[in-house]
Amino acid sequence: MLDWWLPHNVSAQGPFQDIDWLFHVIYWVTGGVFLVVQAALLAFVVRYRARPGRRATYTHGNTRLEIIWTVAPSILLVMLALFSRSIWADIKEHVPPTDMTIQVTAKQFNWEVAYPGPDGKFGTADDVTQDNDVHVPAGKTIRVVLRSRDVIHSFFLPNLRFKQDAVPGHEIPVWFKVGKMPAAGTTDKYEIPCAELCGFGHSGMRGWLYVHTPEDYAAWAHANHALAAAPATQPGA
Amino acid sequence: MSEAISHAEARHAEAGHHEVGFLRHYVFSTDHKMIGKQFLTLGLSMLVLGGILALLVRWELAWPAQNTKVCPEGCPVPGFGWVSSDSNLMPGGNILAPGYNAFFTMHATIMIFFAVMPILVGCFGNFLIPLMIGARDMAFPVLNMLSFWTSVPAGILMLASFWVSGGPAAAGWTSYVPLAADPQWTGVDWGQNLWCLSLIVLGVSSLMGSINYITTVVNMRAPGMTMFRMPLTIWSLFITAILLLLALPVLSSALGMLLFDRMAGTHFFNPAGGGEPLLWQHLFWFFGHPEVYILILPAMGIASDILAVFARKPIFGYHAMAFSMIAIAFLSWIVWGHHMFQSGMSPVLGTSFMMTTMIIAVPSAIKTFNWLGTLWGGSIRFTTPMLFALSFVSMFVIGGLSGIFMASTPVDVFIHDTYFIVAHIHYVVFGGSVMSIFAGIYYWFPKMFGKMMNETLGKIHWLLTLVFFNGTFFPMHIVGVGGHMRRIYDPTQYDFLAPVQHWNVFMTESALLLGAAQLIFVVNFFWSLAAGRRAERNPWQANTLEWEAPSPPGHGNFPGPLPTVYRGPYEYSSPLVAEDYLPQARRTEPAAASAAAH
Repeated sequence: MLDWWLPHNVSAQGPFQDIDWLFHVIYWVTGGVFLVVQAALLAFVVRYRARPGRRATYTHGNTRLEIIWTVAPSILLVMLALFSRSIWADIKEHVPPTDMTIQVTAKQFNWEVAYPGPDGKFGTADDVTQDNDVHVPAGKTIRVVLRSRDVIHSFFLPNLRFKQDAVPGHEIPVWFKVGKMPAAGTTDKYEIPCAELCGFGHSGMRGWLYVHTPEDYAAWAHANHALAAAPATQPGA
Repeated sequence: MSEAISHAEARHAEAGHHEVGFLRHYVFSTDHKMIGKQFLTLGLSMLVLGGILALLVRWELAWPAQNTKVCPEGCPVPGFGWVSSDSNLMPGGNILAPGYNAFFTMHATIMIFFAVMPILVGCFGNFLIPLMIGARDMAFPVLNMLSFWTSVPAGILMLASFWVSGGPAAAGWTSYVPLAADPQWTGVDWGQNLWCLSLIVLGVSSLMGSINYITTVVNMRAPGMTMFRMPLTIWSLFITAILLLLALPVLSSALGMLLFDRMAGTHFFNPAGGGEPLLWQHLFWFFGHPEVYILILPAMGIASDILAVFARKPIFGYHAMAFSMIAIAFLSWIVWGHHMFQSGMSPVLGTSFMMTTMIIAVPSAIKTFNWLGTLWGGSIRFTTPMLFALSFVSMFVIGGLSGIFMASTPVDVFIHDTYFIVAHIHYVVFGGSVMSIFAGIYYWFPKMFGKMMNETLGKIHWLLTLVFFNGTFFPMHIVGVGGHMRRIYDPTQYDFLAPVQHWNVFMTESALLLGAAQLIFVVNFFWSLAAGRRAERNPWQANTLEWEAPSPPGHGNFPGPLPTVYRGPYEYSSPLVAEDYLPQARRTEPAAASAAAH
């Protein structure tokens, strides 16, 4: 039931979709445990209420039961950890081949978004920088180099299940990939809130992710910063 | 030189009736019972203040003052219209963003350090340890007095920060740097300095307390009171004291470094000067995670004792209960990284911390099943303390299970820093710790004050608290799953949160009713204090040693010689005796006694 409220997940197939799968696995496992424990609690409280003439059972415990309820949760939790491990590694450790790299620098209270420009390199004169608007093509792996100018912020894309803190003094490479293709000639728009308290303007520190079809994106990039001339791929950039 | 009261001195004290003046009795008392009551007074007053701050935060989330559609004329908080229009926190009662940040920062700080810890550790620790292990006082009574009187200036420093220019600390109770390290990022100057100073001073107070608890438990148990005959409340307080002793110096050091960065120009945490912001997070959570268990272990101990008393059954799996707390204490040192999965810490480390975090859920699961085992086959009496202890189990289960979502690193990517975590910590600290605090107050009030609390008012208080607690905090899971970030001033600024905003209104209404329901407790507390039925020595027919002492116990606790302990604390419904309880200090026939000693 909790998933009724999950924002629509527009990530491509892969670990960011698997987050929802794992969420549901944990949801059903913990939901089951929750129901069993609360039902047992309620049943015991009703069944074993004090009644005249009845004495409580005198027992100090049961070693076999202790072993069962130590081992069972251990197995369950280690299994959940193993499921989590591989998805986590796919999100944070194994960055897939990248189609495009942008630099996002957080500052009180904006996301400064930089494109490398036609030469494909950051830190050169043709870099294009704008605040709060991130334009990307759907179906492409976008690499984001996350930085901060002042305090810690957190780059959050609820619709892509993506989040990473931006820490001053660090450059943190992350990636995402939008799977949902916008209808031809249209652009999808998703919010980019800041998820880490960053000062009095934390609330309302928000950017927008504009998702184009690859063709529209090429047109947009050409019109806006002649980015279409940039090399499409920069392995290891 | 030991400050311990020798037995001879104590006997002299109670025989001689030597009068102590008002100051020595009520203010600078060295009696553990009075110090316990002093901590209770401090904690309950701060609970009221922390609760009001929480309601301010909730008010803003339901009816954001800056939203001109919801609040065309502003939405001043009722009762706060008097606040000067020059205030940068809440002019005329309309909360501004800096005020909102200050209120949730101070809410958490006050609740954790000045309400829950003073009541669970300060009040119950002081009041119960000597009484339950059969000692006449703490090992170091003067140190004990100093411990309380060090916490008072800490509280004054913290409250003073509301009146300094720039307002109180507003960087969250976690005070992440660089936000907390330089006034230019928050506009808060002395507020943050006072926050650091206050917690350093409070750390000294807690250190004095924990040294005292550990020494007392190790050295001053009554004859026959072996470690494994101690009630679980004492086990929990003993383990908590060890955690405090080891964790607080880390916090104090980190706070010292933060103060140096702020005031002396050092760069421990400032990357511009070669510092490392993540160092603060490592230090803070290395303290902070044991701290979470400091807040919940005593609550577990108290609930265990109360469940056994009112189920009229021995606690199920006593040794498993004690060892699971010891396991939690060890594991709590190697899980701190789970607060930092999205911080930029190495993802490989994240995986390690996920493993340890999953494992630390196991001892909590063991405890839950043993509480159920205790109820099974019992003869349950539904007194107010029992109802709160049962709610503790039920709510703690929810708080424990929701933790598994965040322990899973990939799921945490999405729910990290959302209301899901706010739901989780409130199910643990309110649903767990505060429910247990209420259970403990209703249960030991007769011993503390010699009066019974009113059961009818108590049960109404319990029912309303349970209902409105869930109304306030359960929907936080839902809005968290909707992506609602924590610590945002105005959720209506975000399009993707529009579908869950009605929950914010619902939660705030529940929170206001939850706050109102606590007035019943306040009335019951003071009315019972003044006009409650006189409590007998052992009104709940319990086994532990505090019920051997008069209600309330005099100076030196036990009239005559110290009690001798013949058995464990949970001999309820024992076949050896006709009645359904067998106190630890009651001597039975030698054959029966040896049978019971197993």
